[in-house]
Amino acid sequence: MGLLGDLWGELWAVLMTLVSAAPYIIGYVLLILLTMVIWSGIKRLLTPKHDYSSLKTVTFGDESAVSSNTVASVVSVVLIFLLWAAFTGSKLLPGFLHAPGPFIGEGSFTYTITTPDGQSDDATVSVVVHPTGQPADAPEVEPGPGIAKNDSTAIAVYRSQLLRVDQNDEMGRDDDTFITAINSQPIAPGQSVAIEFGRVAMSDKGTLNIIPDTGMQMEPIWLPAPEAVWTRLGEIATTGYRNSTLAEHLGYSLFRVIVGFALGALVGIPLGYAMGLSNWFRGWFDPIVEFMRPVPPLALIPLVIIWAGIGETGKIILLFLAALWIMAIAARSGVSGVRISKVHAAYSLGASKWQIMRHVIMPNSLPEIFTGARVAMGVCWGTVVAAELVAAEKGAGMMIMVASKFQSTDIVLMGIILIGIIGFSIDMLMRWAERILVPWKGKG
Amino acid sequence: MSGLQIDKLSMRFDLPNGSSVQALQDVSLDLKAGELLSVLGPSGCGKTTLLNIVAGFLAPTAGRIVLNGKPVYGPGPERGMVFQQGALFEWMSVRENVGFGPSMKGMPKAEKARIVDHLLDVVGLQDFKEKAVYELSGGMQQRVALARCLANEPDVILMDEPLGALDALTREKMQGLVLKLWKETGKTIILITHSVEEALLLGERLIVMAPRPGRIHKEYRLPFAEMGVGQDLREVKKHPDFGTTREEILSMIWDMEEEIMGRTEDA
Repeated sequence: MGLLGDLWGELWAVLMTLVSAAPYIIGYVLLILLTMVIWSGIKRLLTPKHDYSSLKTVTFGDESAVSSNTVASVVSVVLIFLLWAAFTGSKLLPGFLHAPGPFIGEGSFTYTITTPDGQSDDATVSVVVHPTGQPADAPEVEPGPGIAKNDSTAIAVYRSQLLRVDQNDEMGRDDDTFITAINSQPIAPGQSVAIEFGRVAMSDKGTLNIIPDTGMQMEPIWLPAPEAVWTRLGEIATTGYRNSTLAEHLGYSLFRVIVGFALGALVGIPLGYAMGLSNWFRGWFDPIVEFMRPVPPLALIPLVIIWAGIGETGKIILLFLAALWIMAIAARSGVSGVRISKVHAAYSLGASKWQIMRHVIMPNSLPEIFTGARVAMGVCWGTVVAAELVAAEKGAGMMIMVASKFQSTDIVLMGIILIGIIGFSIDMLMRWAERILVPWKGKG
Repeated sequence: MSGLQIDKLSMRFDLPNGSSVQALQDVSLDLKAGELLSVLGPSGCGKTTLLNIVAGFLAPTAGRIVLNGKPVYGPGPERGMVFQQGALFEWMSVRENVGFGPSMKGMPKAEKARIVDHLLDVVGLQDFKEKAVYELSGGMQQRVALARCLANEPDVILMDEPLGALDALTREKMQGLVLKLWKETGKTIILITHSVEEALLLGERLIVMAPRPGRIHKEYRLPFAEMGVGQDLREVKKHPDFGTTREEILSMIWDMEEEIMGRTEDA
């Protein structure tokens, strides 16, 4: 019951987060739908197409009539960068496209104190909100007449400040004199009042908390602007990060993946062939392979670290294990997938066992092996980054992990983008190699 | 002793559920070199099993196959196979497919090229030499399969419904080609087919097999293959004997099918 209750609580929290994100998500979808409507309007103005697809009357439900719309893809990518720039106040965008930013500048509000005998007096609080990294002094203000004296403070943007405005007053909370209004609007402990540049809240003890508007833009510590990430990329590419250049970090990650994958394929493919060609080998390795396949390689990281340490050997063993089972299974199904009539035909044409292996089974299994290799490379790339997150001295994963500990969100973002680009390139490269090397895939 | 002797062949195997199947029982045939035999029968009569035993892919439980005086124990290049489809190597070009047998023997390149060129001329695929086999139509693919089989100079050609997957028009053309190749090369051919017309047109001899257990039900010697060589096969079909034989065999197979249906319903 306790567990179920806890889980229900967690689920509720997740749902609430989703609900609070809903307006943004809906806004995004509406924006995309808007561009769709605009584009279909534009398309109507252009010369209509007369290819076979455009003559189909049934398109809803016809999978072959659905192809990825290039315009939508371009809009999708551009919009992501546009939103990123808009919500980070990027200098790459003209100001009118920015989401409302945080308040920066000077402002003031008045507060009213009321003494126990019913007297009241006003004073002004002058506030300077300054950008992070450019500290400003609190403005000099005259104390002014009356019991309540004017105050001033400087606040960094996105921060709030607790200010005991009554500290310099002639009568304070020790004299049972309390703040009763902000800008003439009544306030009590626990309440807050909107002012022109944000909000003023009152704590239970009567201290004012000045909360300037944060707007809708993200603070760089959460999400840096695109140009900040770009600048950081240049910086790290030239000067490096944590004693290694960017090329070294990425190079080490790639090196581990390639060596681990190559070793995995080198062992896995013959293993798969043996499993596909011999009952005994199939029986021998089936339990091992079938058990190891569903074990996520990431779950092996602790064991590999215990056994082989955090050096290159450990990482390569891990990636070897990640690739091994995938390649073995791919090679096995490649062998099993050979049509018996092809093998029969080859025997009838006088081929020996070795010739059948070389000229029939191997080429016939290549498409499967390539598919396996693509999967294995993807898994290896994911695994290496995760392994580097855990422990490494160099590598893309290590770079973003260390950066996250120092709140260098720009490096984290840059690293994630680079990791994504490399993963994507690996996949594209494998597909290209597949097209060149096994043009007969799916044609048998 | 030349030719192919099929001697009291029986084939019986156990099923996982404990029962056993008598796929063939005492099948005997004596084929002289250069004879063309077509095999007909309802599904399950053991035609393909018979062919697989002759090819050496299956071992019979009793009886034996003797080719040119030598008993057959496994697959070998003296018995070529032509399958229905999908037996070409799609990772090789047309030329490489046809030259597969000679390559396996380690034949010198020039000699191999000569054989391949000649056979591609015979089957009319000279222009498609360097194409990938998956770029060809079904009929062309079967031409490649025939040429590939012939390139190996087998004594016997075993055809397992080689034209079964082709459309009617292509099939008719290919039947003419099979007859032409048979006459020109003088090979012994065993052809399995589902089409009675095809069996009549192409079979110098024809056996009708009966199921459960698989056995030879009736044998014919037919003049149509000889008549059809180099002729319009549609003319051959107009021959009065052709129609009567076709009707006879059709009703024979029809009766067998009925019997099978009846037996399954009883069970």
